[in-house]
Amino acid sequence: MAVTSDTSAPPARTGAPGRVPPPRTSPRRVAVRGVALLAVPAVVVLVVFFVVPALRLLWLSVTSPEPGLGNYAALVTDDVAVTVVLRTLGMAAMVTVVCLLVAYPYAYLMSLVSGRWRGLLLAVVLIPFWTSLMARTFAWVVLLQDNGIVNRALDTVGLGPVRLLGTTAGVTLAMAQVMLPFMVLPVYTTLRGIDRRLVDAALSLGARPVVAFLRVYLPLSFPGVAAGATLVMVLSLGFYVTPSLVGSPQQSMLAQFIAVQVNQLVNFGGAGALAVALLVVTLVLVGGVQLLTRTKGSRRATGAGVAGGALV
Amino acid sequence: MRSARTLRRGLAVFGVLVGLWLVVPTLIVVPISFSGEDSFAFPPSSWSLRHYTTFFTESSWLTSLLVSLQLALIVTVVATVLGTMAAFALARTSFVGKGTVDGLFLAPLIVPGIVVAVAMYAAFLGWGLVGTPVGFVAAHSVLALPFVTVNVTAALAGFDRTLERAAAGLGASSFTTFRSVTFPLIRPGILAGALFAFVTSFDEVVVSLFIQSPNLQTLPVRMFNSVTNEVDPTIAAASTVVLVISTALLGLASISRRNRRHA
Repeated sequence: MAVTSDTSAPPARTGAPGRVPPPRTSPRRVAVRGVALLAVPAVVVLVVFFVVPALRLLWLSVTSPEPGLGNYAALVTDDVAVTVVLRTLGMAAMVTVVCLLVAYPYAYLMSLVSGRWRGLLLAVVLIPFWTSLMARTFAWVVLLQDNGIVNRALDTVGLGPVRLLGTTAGVTLAMAQVMLPFMVLPVYTTLRGIDRRLVDAALSLGARPVVAFLRVYLPLSFPGVAAGATLVMVLSLGFYVTPSLVGSPQQSMLAQFIAVQVNQLVNFGGAGALAVALLVVTLVLVGGVQLLTRTKGSRRATGAGVAGGALV
Repeated sequence: MRSARTLRRGLAVFGVLVGLWLVVPTLIVVPISFSGEDSFAFPPSSWSLRHYTTFFTESSWLTSLLVSLQLALIVTVVATVLGTMAAFALARTSFVGKGTVDGLFLAPLIVPGIVVAVAMYAAFLGWGLVGTPVGFVAAHSVLALPFVTVNVTAALAGFDRTLERAAAGLGASSFTTFRSVTFPLIRPGILAGALFAFVTSFDEVVVSLFIQSPNLQTLPVRMFNSVTNEVDPTIAAASTVVLVISTALLGLASISRRNRRHA
């Protein structure tokens, strides 16, 4: 079905599409157009069930309950909305920092060890990609209970019991675990590409190890850190499942707030404005990091991370 | 030298701790699912299969499992067929506005789940698709399509088209060439895409939560409602079943992708 060559055409022409532009009415041209048409059913599905609903929501955000930008103005004037937005930004930033502090040494360890160990470390960090989000979130609910394992462990070292379920600490612990791969993968990709002789050169010129790390190694790893931090930030801002189940309604994040607007208040206009704002922030951050990290390796890492995002 | 060794040792300990943090919460549901008690206590003081018995006999759990399996199968077929066709168009032709179409196929991956969910819910309310099989198939197919196109496009990118021309030159029809040359070579990519499509539908929570109805719930939705509304340890058995199914399929997908690389 997808074969565009026809036996009568000279091989050179069929072999180099684009280099020798065929005449307008050639059979080959018709065949190419036929292949392009194969995308039509999928495009129709995406347009009808994805693009149209998205545009409808955008339309609702400026027309419901009344025409105008009232829903957007509420994002900066309504006390509850402002609190939720600020809390979400704070949580996302905290999860990003926790992920970075854990992922950087982990990725560094991955770049030090070789062969089998590296494979094992990679497999472990990919576990969140491999397992059902709902199952893992349920597991966190069990672990973080008042008499759960985490609390009993804290108790034995004399730190507990602490309330974790429904608190910021509990949500951070669970969310950071889900987000960690999105930080480790881009950071590791960048660290692997750093030429260690540059650090050796700094050391041989008399720099102390800390200085060599801070002035040579750390700046070189920046593209991976930027890519990972953006991904974790973006995914955390819109995260729904884990904060809903591990957190509390009183400390709700943006996605939960949007869900309440829709399900309990039937306020599609307000929910639409919140959703549009979240989408704009997401696109700006993703676009920005694509521009920042133009090197091939880190862009591939970003791509892989974005693709994995749908699993969250 | 001594400090370098201390650093390495410290890093190794740190790596083990992070590993535990990633692995333990995933596996903890397995022992709990075999508990003989009506709570989530760990470690359980008695063992039994009763949570599995409940899961596979009580209608609300069993129905949602069957709904999820059927839905995932239909979505896999729809997304794999449409996505593979689209991948041919994207990989082998160029036309005005192709960049936009490429972006359209990646958009469901980038747009936050909650935004997709609210948009679809609002539209589906108007179209009478909330809580209907058609609505679920449409919603999950949108989310699964990108995984198929990404995998098949990658397979086509590494494809040597002289093979097709050779088949055509030897007199094979377009269809024969596709069936006996093209398809076998890109099969690993299609298979990986199909498995990803299945798991995407089978594990999907957010959109399904919005378009669910009391009569039509997927298993992840049933689990979400269970965590929110009740203390029912059957969910531990449900989690274990889901873990086994989705992890096994993603494992297959990754093997399939690796085969493609060697091919």
